[in-house]
Amino acid sequence: MGTTDIIVKLILIVVIFLISLVIAMYSTYAERKIAAFFQDRLGPSRAGPFGILQPVADGTKMFLKEEIIPANSSKFLFIVGPSLAIMTACIGSAVIPWGQTLQIGTYVLDLQVTDINVGILYIFGVVSLGVYGVMIGGWASNNKYSLLGAIRAASQNISYEIAMGLSIIALLMTTGTLSLKEIAAQQHGWHWNVVYQPLGFLIFIICAFAETNRSPFDLPECETELVGGYHTEYSSMKLGFYLFAEYINMFISSAVMATLYFGGYNFPFMHSLGLSSNWVTILGVIALFAKIFFFIFFFMWVRWTIPRFRYDQLMDLGWKTLIPLAIANIVLTGIVMTLLK
Amino acid sequence: MEALSNKRKVLEAKPLNFWERAYLPAIVKGMGITLKHFLFTKAVTISYPEQKREFSENFRGMHSLKRDEHGRERCTACGLCALSCPAEAITMISAERKPGEENLYREEKYAAVYEINMLRCIFCGLCEEACPKEAIYLDGDIVPSDYLRKDFIYGKDKLVEAPLNQ
Repeated sequence: MGTTDIIVKLILIVVIFLISLVIAMYSTYAERKIAAFFQDRLGPSRAGPFGILQPVADGTKMFLKEEIIPANSSKFLFIVGPSLAIMTACIGSAVIPWGQTLQIGTYVLDLQVTDINVGILYIFGVVSLGVYGVMIGGWASNNKYSLLGAIRAASQNISYEIAMGLSIIALLMTTGTLSLKEIAAQQHGWHWNVVYQPLGFLIFIICAFAETNRSPFDLPECETELVGGYHTEYSSMKLGFYLFAEYINMFISSAVMATLYFGGYNFPFMHSLGLSSNWVTILGVIALFAKIFFFIFFFMWVRWTIPRFRYDQLMDLGWKTLIPLAIANIVLTGIVMTLLK
Repeated sequence: MEALSNKRKVLEAKPLNFWERAYLPAIVKGMGITLKHFLFTKAVTISYPEQKREFSENFRGMHSLKRDEHGRERCTACGLCALSCPAEAITMISAERKPGEENLYREEKYAAVYEINMLRCIFCGLCEEACPKEAIYLDGDIVPSDYLRKDFIYGKDKLVEAPLNQ
């Protein structure tokens, strides 16, 4: 790996980092606007045309708010919590293939930060670490509501991770690889995995809702019972980090879903258009982002439609429905694969 | 016992069937409903300062002290409005008209200071009912917001109607 490679990768990392931050920022705006449209309202419309500067105003407000660290809290962990949450949210994007290769002169630019051969495992590891941010923050606050929210977050994530992992195993049986790059490349044209694994995708998306703490599974921050959940005691930019991490998580899990099940950067007829490979790559990146934006919209659509699950219903759904279903899916996939061999 | 309206309906609590227990059909249906709102229903919001909802004809808003057909103030500072006010929002100080001020005040006595505390006012309209001179009417707009309590005490500068065009 030469110096050029390192510099190019650094630039790519910074670009992807900035893109995820901007998308997270505008997800907050999109959430408010979409919520408004679902409820026949206008949404933020004062800051700039159509309220387009609202996230900037919100961010400035977050920075300027008074920073409060509760007197009886564990100060170090209180700061570690949100830092960990935002950090794990950001590093998940490293293994996602954003597109094919770009040919610039003689240099071939790969639109992926790193292609490790256990990409899916890496994402699972990072997502599981994200729970620590919530848990540490909730525990360090020294507040009953925060602690309850953190406990809920931990148990919810642990139970849904199992079903999520099992649904992925069925996918891995058909693809035969853990590398996200290869999985994306296999889904050429119309061969999207969702066609072969509809049940697996359904389980995966339900678990993704639980993993990102989005409604209808937003029990950790359930306002009606737990004030603010794990971030009750947080203020200023630390609270901002928690909220931001949620939106980055949403973006990353949308990207993962698009890559695993909806063909990633592939789009139909991509090689029969007669365009040069660079243009196909650029269109592929646009296609991937279109899919990601659809999933982000889907997350919000579900949030403003379905009421929150009760805690026992959540556990019931996770352990007694999704895990058996995921195992059945594995068995079914195995039988079908053996028969078709 | 006979129900009052005879509209009582006995509902049976049926156990949920498989599709109802599976959540998903109901969720898809619900999402269809919200999508209909997202795509087709127009927002009902009225963006207030730029757009205003139409008031009804007997809407009671900010007070105005009226002038007569010659542009003279009608108020004679009799104090009936202050007396009738259930919120005790009105205070006034009366003064006697000097010679040469006949074009300003209609009668010999007038209100030198006339103040309404808009934070106390309940916009009941009893002052306009009490007024024998048809001098006060609640025919204005909504009282605008402000930052300080003292700025809600409206004096004659804000209450008296604009003078007639000469």
